[in-house]
Formats: sequence, structure tokens, C-alpha cells
Amino acid sequence: MEDELIIGNKKITNRLFIGTGKFPDDSLIPDVIKKSGAQVVTVAVRRVDFGKTKEDMTNYIPDNCILMPNTSGARNADEAVRIARLARAMGAGNWIKIEVISDNKYLLPDNIETIKATEVLAKEGFVVLPYVSPDLMVAKRLRDVGAAAVMPLGAPIGTNRGLKTKELVQIMIDEIDLPIIVDAGIGRPHEACEAMEMGASAVLVNTAIATAGDPVFMAEAFSNAVKAGRMAYISGIGAVKKYAEASSPLTGFLNL
Amino acid sequence: MTTFYYEYIRYRNFNFEGFFNSISDYDIERVISKDKLNIYDFLTLLSPNAEKYLEIMAQKAHRVTIQNFGRVILLYIPMYLANYCINKCAYCGYNADNKIKRNIMSIEDVRHEAELISQKGFRHILILTGESRAKTPVSYIKTCVAVLKEYFSSICIEIYPLKEKEYEELVHAGVDSITIYQETYDEKTYDEVHLSGPKKNYKYRLETPDRACRAGIKNVNIGALLGLNDWRKDVFYTALHAKYLQDKYGDVDVGVSVPRIKPHIGAFQPKSNVSDKNLVQIILSFRIFMPRLGISLSTRESADLRNNLIPLGITKFSAESSTKVGGYLEEKEYEDSGQFEVSDNRSLEEIVEMIRSSGYQPIFKDWENVI
Repeated sequence: MEDELIIGNKKITNRLFIGTGKFPDDSLIPDVIKKSGAQVVTVAVRRVDFGKTKEDMTNYIPDNCILMPNTSGARNADEAVRIARLARAMGAGNWIKIEVISDNKYLLPDNIETIKATEVLAKEGFVVLPYVSPDLMVAKRLRDVGAAAVMPLGAPIGTNRGLKTKELVQIMIDEIDLPIIVDAGIGRPHEACEAMEMGASAVLVNTAIATAGDPVFMAEAFSNAVKAGRMAYISGIGAVKKYAEASSPLTGFLNL
Repeated sequence: MTTFYYEYIRYRNFNFEGFFNSISDYDIERVISKDKLNIYDFLTLLSPNAEKYLEIMAQKAHRVTIQNFGRVILLYIPMYLANYCINKCAYCGYNADNKIKRNIMSIEDVRHEAELISQKGFRHILILTGESRAKTPVSYIKTCVAVLKEYFSSICIEIYPLKEKEYEELVHAGVDSITIYQETYDEKTYDEVHLSGPKKNYKYRLETPDRACRAGIKNVNIGALLGLNDWRKDVFYTALHAKYLQDKYGDVDVGVSVPRIKPHIGAFQPKSNVSDKNLVQIILSFRIFMPRLGISLSTRESADLRNNLIPLGITKFSAESSTKVGGYLEEKEYEDSGQFEVSDNRSLEEIVEMIRSSGYQPIFKDWENVI
């Protein structure tokens, strides 16, 4: 049985999504994708010079990948919507990761504006993956207005601090019938593995890979960790018990 | 309406000497190891005592920069539209008293120059003028911006201070960034070096970033002209200003520049010398204090120094700069002496190669103006 994730009618078998910012050289991106096997790659529209220069980073993304432009730089729903429309008009497809940030100190997303942008873009036929601070009610609203998945942060962007929001993300995984993709904050492969063990549908990693000493090797490490976490989740992780089970129980004489 | 001026007043009479004398090695070590710094921590890093900790500070600044920005350097280019100026600033080549050739670019030449520059790959442009509402009114700037929008994804203006409404107009026209230097935050020195002209109004200039932020600008770059006054004091107030802007206007990207006084026509002697070591301490302190702060470095600095500063916290680099009006045109019809002397005369290709060989990626585009 193949373990597939379906988003926007696309079948995804590799649950590590890759970000493309912060690399010391964009020419590393094809190797990062190849070694990790990633199928979904996000690109900031602000960084794309659609076909105008030799340095167009989208040239480094293989055709068989799903391109997920993101609206980095948008400060409100209106700007996010415009960036999404621009990306689609320039041939970047109909997937869009909504990123609305009006806090340049911590880069925390504006959930309210994100809901607004999601509603507009879902109606226009986009496959919308909103990036949010984890919140069950926000996730429900996003589901109701047509989000294809919800992407809660594990910790503030770029911090590599790991799953600081674990409890809230777990509730979203348990309660929302949409793919939950942990995006931002994951700094080490074991944290990606942990998110997958929890039942996350995928994880998106950028800084931890792009700023590693060897980004290509690190991407492979993350890919393996994501696979391991997913396998563990599907296998059914054994219950955690508070007390040991004695092999010579004290009540054995009762033949219970 | 509160502005930075009222924040500045709270610190105007701060006892810098007393503070610096009280700083121990332990204080500096404690600050370097902190995750989140306050303004006094920043001043601790800026203290004379902290000079012996530059390497440890550099290691931290390097890590913080990579975590927040990655190994990338954004490249931009300045375009001087005009050098008419009615101000008499003691330190500036555009001083109205200076007998230099005054020029203003025609709109046709703005387009021509934009074509030439954009063909090189630049997508971020900084346009500059002197202060002359008669020669370069807001309507002229708007006309230029309308042309430049066809070629560039980000347009930054470094012109005279505007009213909030005028900033709104320019934001709607396609300007996303402003650069405005207070030059010096010390009011007495400010009054001494700004002999006459509208720029003499200290408070109006100081409140310019507030007006621009309220008008919806996306990126504000501030700074002091290092050397005009005691540099430690000016850098402290610059940091205070940057922190104020970041706290008050959360959706605005805040950046600083670290320009040192350069030779120009007219013989102004800086009040304090800012050595390379001082400049490094300034950059490191800024980066550790505000991890998300943009830090720009212009071609005022030498090629060697610029190469070495890349890993220390710089995020933006100008390249192949001319400080002359029409400086990129093949025809030399606007021949003038430039605002200041450029030290790093390398070609864009050479700078790109240097950035790459440092293990960093030169970025030409990092903004999409959808207004």
C-alpha cells in the first residue's frame, strides 16, 4: 500500500517540503531536491525575477516538482492576494502558500488576514496552504473557507528551536480533517521525525537545511527523518506507560 | 502624536562617560551571551571596553546573521537624479555655496539610465536628489518613479524630507523604501554643521521616518554620518531610533547604514575619526542588538574592507556606484564632481564574484511591489 498525501489533486509520496531561501548558492537547490526526494518546493515570489535574468531561481527547480509560491512580504490579505495572482499569471501554477506577516521582529503570521486571503484565493481556484500560528479555531475557519491544508509553525521562522508549539499542533492534527503541515522552527531532523510521529501530514524545512554546513547532506538527513517518523506513525506507536510491567508479577498466584 | 523626537528627549542628556566607566568585562560577557538585548546592553557592546571582545562578538554576529538572513547579500545601485540643493551643510559636496556644476536628469535620460542599469541585473534601485523643491518637486520624483517601475521591483528614495501626504502619494506611485539620515543626533552639532536651509530643522528631519511609516512605506533605512560627532553617541541614538521604529511600526522593515565621512569639495574636518576597528564594532553591535535589522554598506568603503565585512552582519551592498548625476550614461553631458568619492570602484561582475567566493549568494531581487 502506497502512503500518499493528496493535496489539490496531486499525489505526494515524499512528505518533506523544501524552502528555497537563505542558500549560499541557488545552484545547490537541484541537489537538495534530488537527495531529499522532495516533491513540493516553496519559493518567495519576491525573490523570483520571472524570466528576466539569468539568476531566476525557479530555473533550479525540476519540472516534476510541485512549485508552491509563497507570499512572503505581504503585510495584509490584499497584498497576499495580489502576490498570489501575480505568481499564477507568471506561470507559477495554482498552488500558493499564504504568508501574511506584519511583525518584522518575530515574523509571526497574522492569522486574521491569512483567513481573509485564503477565502478570496480558494474561491479563485487556488490550492491554498496558509501558514499560521497554531490555533484550533483559526484552523477550523481556514477549513471552512477552502484551505487545502493548514501549516502551523513549530517555532518562529528561522529559529531552529524545534516543536515549541507541540501541544497546539497536536490538537490541530487530532481535530482538523485536513493535512496539517508543520512549517517553521524545525531545526534538527529528530524534530521533523517527531512532528511526523505526532501525525503531521508533512513538514516544511528551509533554514535548518539552507544554513547547514552541508545543505545537501542535511536535506537527505531530514528526508530520512521524515520517512522514519511517518513509518512510526503508520505502524501505531506503542502506548507510553507510567509503570513497569513486571515479568514476575506479585499477583500472579491469583491466575488473573 | 508621538514621534521619535519624544523618545530621543528621554535620553538626550544621558551620561555616556559615566556609563562607559561603569562597564566591566563581566558586563560585556553577560551581554554577549544574552538572547535578547535592551538598549543599555547595546551600549555595553559599543563601549571602549568591548573592543577586546570583537572576535567573540563577530562569531555571534555571524551566526545571528546567517540564521536570520542566510548567506545572501542583496545588491542595489544608486541613481543620482539631481544635485541642486538649497541647504548649506558643512560636510556635503552639494552645499549650495559650492561652485559645482548643477544638473537634473531629463525623464528620457532617467529611462535610458534605467535601461542600462537594469540590463546589468539590478532590480533594487536607490534614487537620490539634493534638497530643492523648486528643481526636483515631488511631481518630478513621481514622474521618475513611474518610469523606474517598469525596470525595477524595488524603488528607494533618498531625497529631502516630505510631508506624510506626499509620502502617501509616492507609496501609491510605487516607492517602497526610504533612506533618510539624521547625520548627527546631537542637536548642538546638528545646528553647527547645518548652516542654513530647510535641513536646519532638526526635529522635522528626525520625525521623517515616522511620517513615512504612517504613510505605508515598507522599508526605512536610517543612519548617522559617522564622524560628524562622537560616533558612539550617534550610533547609540541610531540604534534607539531603529528599535523605536521596529517596535512602533511592526510591518516596516528597518535598516541602518554606516556611512563614514568621505572627502568632497569643501574642506570639512570630521569631529571624530572612525577607524575600521570602530566600524566593525558598530556593525557587530547593531547585528547582535537587532537580529532582523538590515545593514547596508556603500562604495564609500574600500574594496578590501567591504570584502571582510560581509560575514559580520552586512545584508545590503551597493555596487558599481556612481555618485554623479547621469553617471551611468555613455554621454558625459552631466559632468559633475559627485556627492562623495567612491572607494570601491570594482565592476558588478567583480563584486558578484567576490561575494560568491566568500560563500555568499548575491541577490538582485528581494521585493515584489504589488501596490
